[in-house]
Amino acid sequence: MKDIYAWAAIGLIVLTSTTGDVLLAHSMKRVGDVGELWQRRGVLAVLGRVLRTPTFVLGLMAMGIAFYSLLFGLSWGNLSLVVPASASLTFVANAVAARIFLHERVGRRRWIAALLVAGGVVLMAV
Amino acid sequence: MTFRKYLVLAGITVCATAGDSLLARGMKQLGNINVSLHNLSGLLLAILNPWVTAGILLLLAFFACYISALSWADLTYVLPATSLGYVLVALIARFGFHEEISPTRWLGIALIAAGVGFVAAGPSVTPSRQHLGSHGASRDPVSQEVKL
Repeated sequence: MKDIYAWAAIGLIVLTSTTGDVLLAHSMKRVGDVGELWQRRGVLAVLGRVLRTPTFVLGLMAMGIAFYSLLFGLSWGNLSLVVPASASLTFVANAVAARIFLHERVGRRRWIAALLVAGGVVLMAV
Repeated sequence: MTFRKYLVLAGITVCATAGDSLLARGMKQLGNINVSLHNLSGLLLAILNPWVTAGILLLLAFFACYISALSWADLTYVLPATSLGYVLVALIARFGFHEEISPTRWLGIALIAAGVGFVAAGPSVTPSRQHLGSHGASRDPVSQEVKL
């Protein structure tokens, strides 16, 4: 029974952290190159523009939910299951989501990389 | 990709790894003080621990590097950089603290390093976005939204 809770938590972590990453990436693309903006208008302009982007705030909230899901997941399942499982599945989910929602060109090179990193993260935790 | 941008990617790896380690060390030092939402004084005490404070500051620095990287590179390009931290920790454990690393972990290190190499050798940003990005600051948000 505890396993089902642990996997439910893992599913929730993957879903919310992928949502958060996609929202943050989308909002930062709208803001534009932060380095250029900083040089031209200063750090306050950067902060103001980032914080006024609605998807950035939503992304932060999704990241917060992901963090608390991780805490709950850790209380239901083992550290050695929850952390690597959610981390590696998030890599694959992010590649899919970046392609669909951010229209990033995820070619063969990046698919292979996502799978290699996901597999590597699992092996590191064994 | 300029040297400055590679520095930001390195900042993601180093700050995330060091931040997590310092935070873990601080929380272990606090030991059995019950840190939870039900115990607000415990939560505040945790923040006062210097290791925890340093960890939180480093994680803030990580987040700043992370979102600034996302402003000029694809999510699928930036993410593998965050996983290099696992490799960094293992290498520090092996050569800094002379801990044994099992063959399975070495294989994991090799896979992550290969994955990062695959991504880093390719383009950092999807071409249409590179064009958009270079004029990012001068665009008005409305026309940007249409293109996105």
